Amino acid sequence: MTEPLLKVRGLKIGATIYPPGEKSRDIEIVHGVDFDLEAGKVLGLIGESGAGKSTIGLAALSYGRGGVELTGGEVWLNGRDILKSRMADKRSLRGGEVTYVSQSAAASFNPAKRIMEQVTEAAISHGKFTKKEAEERAVGLFEKLGLPDPENIGSRYPHQVSGGQLQRCMTALALCPQPDLVVFDEPTTALDVTTQIDVLKAIKTAIRDTGVAALYITHDLAVVAQVSDHIMVLQQGAMVEYGSVDQIINAPKEEYTQALVSVRSIKHVEKEPGQTPLLKVEGITARYSGTNFDVLKDIDVELHAGQTLAVVGESGSGKSTLARVITGLLPPSEGTLTFDGRTLTPDLATRPLDDLRELQMIYQMADTAMNPRQTVGTIIGRPLEFYFGLKGKEKQKRIQQLLDEIELGEGFQDRYPAELSGGQKQRVCIARALAAKPKLIICDEVTSALDPLVADGILKLLLRLQKVEDVAYLFITHDLATVKAIADSIAVMFQGKIVRYGPKSQVLAPPFDDYTDLLLSSVPEMRIGWLEETIATRKMEAAGN
Amino acid sequence: MMRIPPAALVGLFFTSVFFFCAIFAPFIAPYGMAEVVGDVWEPSSSEFLLGTDSIGRDLLSRMIWGGRTTIFIATAATVLSFVTGATLGFFAAVSGGWVDQVLSRFIDLVMSIPSLIFALVVLSVMPTTILTLILLMGLLDSTRVFRLARAVAVDITVMDYVEAARLRGEKIGWIIFRETLPNALSPLVAEVGLRFIFMVLFVSTLSFLGLGVQPPQADWGGIVKENKEGINYGIQAALYPAYAIATLCISINLVADWILGRTTSLKGGRG
Repeated sequence: MTEPLLKVRGLKIGATIYPPGEKSRDIEIVHGVDFDLEAGKVLGLIGESGAGKSTIGLAALSYGRGGVELTGGEVWLNGRDILKSRMADKRSLRGGEVTYVSQSAAASFNPAKRIMEQVTEAAISHGKFTKKEAEERAVGLFEKLGLPDPENIGSRYPHQVSGGQLQRCMTALALCPQPDLVVFDEPTTALDVTTQIDVLKAIKTAIRDTGVAALYITHDLAVVAQVSDHIMVLQQGAMVEYGSVDQIINAPKEEYTQALVSVRSIKHVEKEPGQTPLLKVEGITARYSGTNFDVLKDIDVELHAGQTLAVVGESGSGKSTLARVITGLLPPSEGTLTFDGRTLTPDLATRPLDDLRELQMIYQMADTAMNPRQTVGTIIGRPLEFYFGLKGKEKQKRIQQLLDEIELGEGFQDRYPAELSGGQKQRVCIARALAAKPKLIICDEVTSALDPLVADGILKLLLRLQKVEDVAYLFITHDLATVKAIADSIAVMFQGKIVRYGPKSQVLAPPFDDYTDLLLSSVPEMRIGWLEETIATRKMEAAGN
Repeated sequence: MMRIPPAALVGLFFTSVFFFCAIFAPFIAPYGMAEVVGDVWEPSSSEFLLGTDSIGRDLLSRMIWGGRTTIFIATAATVLSFVTGATLGFFAAVSGGWVDQVLSRFIDLVMSIPSLIFALVVLSVMPTTILTLILLMGLLDSTRVFRLARAVAVDITVMDYVEAARLRGEKIGWIIFRETLPNALSPLVAEVGLRFIFMVLFVSTLSFLGLGVQPPQADWGGIVKENKEGINYGIQAALYPAYAIATLCISINLVADWILGRTTSLKGGRG
C-alpha cells in the first residue's frame, strides 16, 4: 500500500481557557485523533460546534488558531511530520502544499484589493507560477467553478460580486497554487440554501477535476454526503465513527451518528384552522425610513390561535421586517393589523400593555437577547413583575415553574447567561416569552444558530409548549426542514411579497411555482447523488448566482 | 482570595495615603493651615519637615490641608460630571432621534469653547467659592463623560435584549439603569480615574492662575503660585505640590487600569 498523503496519528490539541471568576487553566480539546487521507480523496469531518472539527482541519496546516496549541501526536504530510517542521518549512507548506477555505469569504477577502490579485497571491509568492501563469490558471479555475465572465471577474473588487460567487472565488484562491490538500471549513454554511447548492456543485467539480485531496468540515451531514468519499464523525474532540459515506448515512453504527442521521424527523400533523384568526395581517406595505424601496409589499396572512404559521424565504426576502411590523418596531406605511379582534396601533409606543404582553418575541441569537449582567432569575422574573406585579416568594415559585417547563430545573436561577450553553440560552429566552402568558410568540430564526441536535430539542419543546399553553407561533425561518417539522400553515416570501400561502399540506404539494420549487429542491437530502439530480432537474436559477 | 498585581498595589497604597491625609488632615497636620510659625522659606528641619513657605507657614501642613481641598474639589466635581454626563449620555442614546440630536449638538457647542478659557470667563464674573468651582468644573467636564457614555450606550441599545425590553413596554428609566448601565460600567469606571486626574490638574491650574481656591485656604495649585519665586533662589517649596499631583495621578491610573481589567472579566463581562 502506498503511503497516504495525510497521516494523522494521536493528534492532541490543547488550549488555555479563562473561565469567569476563576484562574485560567489548560484543557485538552482534541484527544488523540487518527486518520489517513489518500491523494485525491475527500474526507468529511462532521460534528457539532466544539467538536474540534476546525481545529483538526487547521492542524493539517500545522497551525493552531488564537491560543490553541498542537500539544501531541503526529501529522504526516507528503512523508514528513509537519508538527515538527521548522518555521520556514511551515511557511512554504501553508498556502503552497495545503490551502484553506474559510466559512465567511466576505470577511476573508481584503476589500481594498481586486479579486485576481488575491487569488494569485499565494501561487506567486510561493514561486509556483509566474504572474502570467497564475492569472491564466485563475481564469481556468473561475471557469471551472462556474463563475460568470471568467476572463474579467478577477478585475472586480470583492464587494462587486455576490456572496456565493465570492465563496467560489475563495475556492479558486485555494486551488490556484496547485496544492495537494485543501481544507474546506464550512464553506457553504453562511450562504442561502438556494445558493449553497451551486457552490457545493462548483466545489465538487473543482475537486474532481483538479484531483486535489480535501478535508471538508461541516455540521450538516446531508451536505458532507454530497462531496465526500469518507466521513469522520467527531464529538467533543474525539472520533465517534469513521466510514464510507454510504455506511455512515445508511448504516450508522454508533448511537451518536444515528442521532445525527435521524435529526429533523419530528412528525407534526397540521391542525385545522379555527373560526376567527388570532392575528390578521391585511395589505401591509412597509419601508425603512430614509429609503425609497418597499421591503414588504401588500402582505396578507392570517394566524389562528394555538397554531403555527411559518414564514419562509431567503435572506433579504423581508421575513424579519414582517416581524418588526407586527411587533410595532416599524410602523407600516399601509395596511392594518388585527390581533384577537382588536386593531393593533402601528407604533409600539401607543400600544396598551395587554397588547404588548400577549405578543412576545424570541430571537435568533440568544446571546444578544439576554442582558449578560442579569441572572436567569432576573431575566425570567422581570415580565412576571412587570405585567403581573408578582413579588418575593410567589415570583420565585413561578420562575421555578417556568424553568421546569423548559426542562432546566433547579439551580439555574442564579446563573448568568455566560454560564449557559447555546441551547439552554434559547430555552431561557422561551421561558421569558412564556412568562408573559402570551397568545402569540414570534420566533425569528430561533434554531438557526444552534447545532442540529440541540435545535431538534428546541423544536420539540416549542411543540409541546404549544399544546400546553395554547400559544400561536409566527415562525420565521429559512430552513424548510424546520418548517416541515413545526408548521400548520406556510407563507413563502420572495423579494418582499408572499408568493405562496396556505395550509402546510397544500403549500408543500405540487404543482409548485418556480421559486417554491427552487427553495424546496435546495434543501440537502441525506442521500448520495442528490446534488447532481437536483441541479439537473430544477426550474429556476438561484438569485445569488 | 483575589490576587492584586504589584502595580495596582503601589497605586492603591499611594491613593489610600493621599485620601487618608485628606480626610484626617486636622489630626495629621502638625500646624494649622494658615498659622505663621517660622521664617520665610526655612529649610527642612525636625520642626518643619518640608521647611516653611513664602510667609513662614509650615509647608507640610499646607500640603496636607491643600491636598484635602484639592482632592475634595476634584472628587465632588468628578461625581457631578459623571452623574450628569452619564445620565444625559444614556438618555440621548436610548431616546435617539431629535432628543439625541439636540443634546449632542448642545454638548458639541459647549465643547467647542476651550474649558480653561470658559472657566476663566465664568470665574471672573462669579464669586470664586468652592461650590462655584465644583459646579463649573463638574458641568464642563460632564461633556466629555456624555460623549463616552453616549458612544458606549449606542452600542448597547442596538442589542436584542434592549429591543426585548422595549417590546415588553419598559420605561426609559429601566432601559437606562437596568439594561444599559451595568453593561457600560467598565469603560466608565476606567474613565472615572482619568477624569479625576484631569479635575486635580484643572483645579490646580485655576488656583495657580489665581481664580481657583482663594488664599489663605491652601490647595496644591495655590501653593505652587505662592512659592514660585522661591525657585529662583533654589528653594524647592513650589515643587512639592507638583510631586504630589504627579504621584496621585499615576497611582489613580494604576488603580483604574486594574479595575478595568477586573470588571471586564467578571461574570458575563463584555469583551
